[in-house]
Amino acid sequence: MTMIRSDVLKSLIPVISDQFVVCNIGLPSQELHLLDDQPTNFYMLGTMGLSSSIGLGLALAQKQTIIAIDGDGSVLTNLGTLPTIGNNVADNFILLIIDNGSYGSTGDQPTYAGKKTSLTKVAEACGCDNVIECKAEDTAQVMKDAIASKKQTVIVCKCESGNIPVPNITMDQVVIRDRFMKALEAANA
Amino acid sequence: MSIHKQIVTDMVNNNIEFITTVPCKQLGGVIEEAENHPSIMHVPCNKEDEGMGLCAGAFMGGKRSAIIMQNTALGVTLNSLATLIQFYHIPLPMLISYRGELGEPVACQVEMALHTKALLNQMLIPTYHFHKREDAGELDKILKYTFMCNKPVAILTDATFWKGE
Repeated sequence: MTMIRSDVLKSLIPVISDQFVVCNIGLPSQELHLLDDQPTNFYMLGTMGLSSSIGLGLALAQKQTIIAIDGDGSVLTNLGTLPTIGNNVADNFILLIIDNGSYGSTGDQPTYAGKKTSLTKVAEACGCDNVIECKAEDTAQVMKDAIASKKQTVIVCKCESGNIPVPNITMDQVVIRDRFMKALEAANA
Repeated sequence: MSIHKQIVTDMVNNNIEFITTVPCKQLGGVIEEAENHPSIMHVPCNKEDEGMGLCAGAFMGGKRSAIIMQNTALGVTLNSLATLIQFYHIPLPMLISYRGELGEPVACQVEMALHTKALLNQMLIPTYHFHKREDAGELDKILKYTFMCNKPVAILTDATFWKGE
């Protein structure tokens, strides 16, 4: 079965719809917005690379489980995030790296993660525990198990490169931030 | 009270609970105070733009945050400041070591010092410069201002300030 990132996100919706999600810049956020817009989704409209950092900050600051959806290209641009995650364990934090070996939002140029670099091994070497590399079709089950485990987990989902046409997110960014914060505050109350 | 303790006390009194840092000789005392303060979560970061992501997340998670960094790193944070901190209206006090000013022993540090205020000005970031020890008396007001207006605010601290001259 061949799955691209949008197929992976679609398969994840039943598992993450009621979870707090920070989503990476560009097509991943646009796809998540199209598939399942929720106040519990924080869409990054800019700032490539910081999804995992925002997610870790969120997880360290409060009790709800936080899922950061990132890409292999974005993790490569902020590689320093992995030692910070590995050394500041938040058991309510899950980093999902959708690794399609390409920079999807800019036209599928290849990343080094699609060549010789293994982000799974990098994450392990950086001190991250519970690093799980999985096939695209297994991602939903791996995510379900990670949420249930209540242990900090890094999931590296290997999928195919490719994009579907999706509209831009036109929601005001402060609205995105405000409704996310209100939903999180209510969940923690 | 030491200047390091005074700065961290002002931060704590303004409900800052999350601080990320990149090491600096001048800011070492403040970083140590932050590390040891029971009501502050200190998470060292590897790069300042990463730190801004951590701070944005902590703020959205209900903890006021701050970053402690050197002015030499201002360049790597410009995109994060514009597209994350400013775009999403996130308050962020930036306590910055202002290397390359009077008393600087390393010539290369002067190069970024020349750009520091110009860059902050270009980014429309409110900027305060602590040169004399008594300048730190404004920190409490600067922090209140930051959390009032939901903007990044820069506090430049130079070598003369840290020497207490």
